[in-house]
Amino acid sequence: MKVSVKINGVAYERDVEPRTLLAYFIREACGLTGTHVGCDTSSCGCCVVVLDGTTAVKSCTMLAAQADGHEILTVEGLAKGGALHPIQQAFWDNHGLQCGYCTPGMMLTSYAMLQHTPDPSEAEIREGLAGNLCRCTGYVNIVKAVRQAAGAMREPAAKA
Amino acid sequence: MIPAAFDYVRAHSTDEAFALLQQHGADARVLAGGQSLIPAMRFRLARPAVLVDINPITALSAVTLDGALTLGATARDVAIERAPWIGETRWSLLHDVSRVVADPVVRQMATVVGSLCHNDPAGDWTTTALAARAEVVVRGATGERTVAIDDFLVDSFTTAVADGEMALAVRFPVPDDRTAGAYQKVERKVGDFATAAAAVQIALAKDGTVRQAGIALSAAGPCAVRVTAAEAALTGQKPTADAIRAAADAAEKASEPQADLRGSVEYKKHLAGVLVARGIRQALSRLGVQA
Repeated sequence: MKVSVKINGVAYERDVEPRTLLAYFIREACGLTGTHVGCDTSSCGCCVVVLDGTTAVKSCTMLAAQADGHEILTVEGLAKGGALHPIQQAFWDNHGLQCGYCTPGMMLTSYAMLQHTPDPSEAEIREGLAGNLCRCTGYVNIVKAVRQAAGAMREPAAKA
Repeated sequence: MIPAAFDYVRAHSTDEAFALLQQHGADARVLAGGQSLIPAMRFRLARPAVLVDINPITALSAVTLDGALTLGATARDVAIERAPWIGETRWSLLHDVSRVVADPVVRQMATVVGSLCHNDPAGDWTTTALAARAEVVVRGATGERTVAIDDFLVDSFTTAVADGEMALAVRFPVPDDRTAGAYQKVERKVGDFATAAAAVQIALAKDGTVRQAGIALSAAGPCAVRVTAAEAALTGQKPTADAIRAAADAAEKASEPQADLRGSVEYKKHLAGVLVARGIRQALSRLGVQA
């Protein structure tokens, strides 16, 4: 079946089987491999992408067909014009990653969270990221990064 | 893990969805949030030949609060979590549960009606719906009918929705201002199934006695279970420590869990009683009553 989506502002139309999961559609049909597949069972959050600007979804647990006609943001779409997005910059500044495998999902979950909760407390950040697993960092620097990003994104000039 | 092949059909109205379900019968499944169905299909525990995607039916995503709180079949969990009224004491049971179902990302897609239709023995919404005395609107060949949640939840992964039928909405009665609830859940980690969980909703009469109690357990048997004996231990009584202990004892007795990596039968039964007592005390304290 034909699936048309806009990923990071670019239109993609691909012919795929109905059982194609969104994560594989993004990675294999569209060649955007920044979206990672970790557990493949909806547990780890590595595959999180943002749907229609505000909804974080685990793309391993959504059919590509369901995304037809929708807009998707992946990690490749965060940086604009060669400048890191405030969330990316904050992960960099705070060493919010070690191996980096979970990082795209962490950043996209944070992105959706910050749309609804622009000034989250540490508890809210930890709760908001509870569906994203990191086996390296112990989360402390990830939480720091999200706090920094929230601050940067609240300044109108820095808004991406 | 990739699901077995299926035909995918989008429905743009409930009439269209219903016609497709009637046509395909047992071969078809409704796709709403997909947060239980898609994993089940990936593990090949479910192999529907036809998936009827009801997400394009915009009317079904509505959350309306008038005579009752009505959640359409595609209303996401997150809509409850972020509802403007969710901080009101009367909705404290829904407040609590909406923050502990699965994880915060899953809740952005997951639906309450879908969870009820999935009817996992360790589900959170099934147990909540029992305590809150919800009802489900089902569309069948003879039209729409309203099914009390006790009759809706038939057995593990089995509901009153027959082949060719679909659940359209769940309705929660609006609790009065002397009603509060609590959801108590013990889980090993966020996103795991409950080791044990209890949903409690208490309505007090003007004289401070319990007018109505809703008490239900999750992960305590093949299906979410209402603990009638615990409700009876409180109803018409002052909510004293003794009455709460009697309700907790009844819950522990009613719990019929299975031993697994999350705990032994003894532990889970004990937990059921503890969580019911905690839930009752928390609901009461939200009403300004210490017990």
